[in-house]
Amino acid sequence: MAIFADENSKVVVQGLTGSQGRFYGLRNRAYGTKVVAGTNPKKAGTDVEGIPVYATVAEAVEKEGANTAFIIVPAAGAADAILQAAEGGIPFIVCVTEHIPMHDQARVYNVLKEQYPGVRLLGPNCAGILSPGKCNIGFNPAEVSMPGHVGIVSRSGTLAYQSIYEMTQKGIGQSTAVGIGGDPVPGTSFIDCLQAFQADPETEAVVMIGEIGGTQEEEAADYIKAEMTKPVVAYIAGVTAPPGKKMGHAGAIVSGNRGTAQAKIEALRSAGARVALNPTQLGDLMVEALAAR
Amino acid sequence: MDLFEYQGKQYFARYDIPVPSGEVANTVDEAVAAADKIGYPVVIKAQVQVGGRGKAGGIQIANNAAEARKHATNILGMNIKGHIVLRLWVESASDIAEEYYVSFTLDRSAKQYLGMISAKGGVEIEQVAKEDPAALHIIHIDPAGDFTPEAARAFVEAAHLNPKAVDSAIFLVEKLYNAFVEGDADPVEINPLILSKDGRVYALDAKVSLDDSAAFRHPEWAQFESAEAVDERERLAKEKGLQYIGLDGSVGIIANGAGLAMSTLDTVKQVGGSAANFLDIGGGANAEVVTNALTVINTDHNVKAILINIFGGITRGDEVARGIVEALQNVDLHAPLVIRIDGTNSTEGRAILKQYESDRLISATTMLEAAQKAVALAGASVGGN
Repeated sequence: MAIFADENSKVVVQGLTGSQGRFYGLRNRAYGTKVVAGTNPKKAGTDVEGIPVYATVAEAVEKEGANTAFIIVPAAGAADAILQAAEGGIPFIVCVTEHIPMHDQARVYNVLKEQYPGVRLLGPNCAGILSPGKCNIGFNPAEVSMPGHVGIVSRSGTLAYQSIYEMTQKGIGQSTAVGIGGDPVPGTSFIDCLQAFQADPETEAVVMIGEIGGTQEEEAADYIKAEMTKPVVAYIAGVTAPPGKKMGHAGAIVSGNRGTAQAKIEALRSAGARVALNPTQLGDLMVEALAAR
Repeated sequence: MDLFEYQGKQYFARYDIPVPSGEVANTVDEAVAAADKIGYPVVIKAQVQVGGRGKAGGIQIANNAAEARKHATNILGMNIKGHIVLRLWVESASDIAEEYYVSFTLDRSAKQYLGMISAKGGVEIEQVAKEDPAALHIIHIDPAGDFTPEAARAFVEAAHLNPKAVDSAIFLVEKLYNAFVEGDADPVEINPLILSKDGRVYALDAKVSLDDSAAFRHPEWAQFESAEAVDERERLAKEKGLQYIGLDGSVGIIANGAGLAMSTLDTVKQVGGSAANFLDIGGGANAEVVTNALTVINTDHNVKAILINIFGGITRGDEVARGIVEALQNVDLHAPLVIRIDGTNSTEGRAILKQYESDRLISATTMLEAAQKAVALAGASVGGN
């Protein structure tokens, strides 16, 4: 098993005909992901290297049985693309598009919650999801991964790649690596992923990579303390980030005393998680956590 | 993008939120001319993006041209908590009866909008929240729904403002909500919102931050850009399309990905150094991008060592190494370089760099090792040069 995406995921790529969409769509297919369709109203009836292109997501669902959407379209059209996927009947939507305006994100998140309660949105501005050996949707470099039993959840893409690699180097495989994205209104939170990993019989331990800004990590720490029986190894980026400065991700900003790395590290430690001080330590701490069970 | 007060007021005016009449002044003469035109008494206000400017003497009342000249001379060039005053806002003085507070922002935990209003304005709202929480009325608004006129009325009425202010405040709050959502701002805050002695309700201050991601649908924002006070290094980086934040340490940082860049800063600090900047070159790391990044860092004379930290994912380690080698031919660096390439094809990447290694170009395998080497070099050259 894996969480959210596996060998049964049938992916429709919204934006497949764009240069980025084509690159990652084909790359994900080459890994073994079932990329069954693309959408573009102006190019319906054509194909991209044998992948049929439809005008709408609803058609891709009807004709190809798509059950997962991979959205890689420009920011101006991303909110509509997410709603189109939900209306088309897709239960799991991965949106990697960055720079979607905050108010669009807030509106779409709440429309999904109210009108499509069964739909899970991952992202926006996330690296995607990789279940090694089964399915890769998005940017994750599957080359550095190996199938196994550690779940990874991260706001940052590169730090997720880094931690996948640290695990692989220690001979520790991964069940699923989930990028939840660094934006202010993520569709899927740390807690959603921790819950899913806790429930997944294949996952034995979890790596959680947070960063400054917001209070998601503190909320995750409360969840870990109350509900998690599987060990958690965590890392928080941004200890040295100056207040008020946006560190690349829109969500990574310290405002006043809220959202500091120190507060997050303390919350996670007191919840019983092992906290690495740098990414290089993640591998050692996971070896230790697995041995201590 | 954070707006200065005067820009915030210009922004509010576009959304029909009442603001006092005023003018921008860049020099003492301009300030006096503006004051003469507006009519005395006027308030002369330092335009800086930091709180506490009133206490620092950055806000003064002038009753005549001589006073306007004196205050403008004092305030221009003033250093308020590290922010130098380069511009003034001159506005007609208000006859204040009462001071209130109102704001809208995103509540990231609830993933809904947060509206806050208080009859106790003119002081830090965090202080009101702590000392007299009952005086701060807070509501959540569904971003997928509407902020109805009824909801706006209930919001304002719950704050127990002076009855004379209520109807005008409802009008203003509805406009402020538009400025927040349609305007693509977060937050929008008025502190103080005032009731004047002649019964008018208007924004005496304006705190507005615009969502840069929404700039594509707001061509009118162009007017705000030029006034932004930026670090020279940040200006150059922006011109080259790089995500850069200037800091004051001695280790220049280049990394691919915001998370990795942030983490590199932390690791440098952890081993006893300090970063000169945050610089994210994004997913790829070709020669052009690396050249641009090195060019920007090379303008920073505090930099005593440079650390390039690349995780090869889809961009392979050997491509990155070739990009770095090519970039080094384009830029004459004043500081030594430590390079750490990890991930896909990192062995091949390190083999390429091997031929170029010297005491000015050092490679490392882990982030921790790279940070230690860079910090040692930065320390050594402080003593050595």
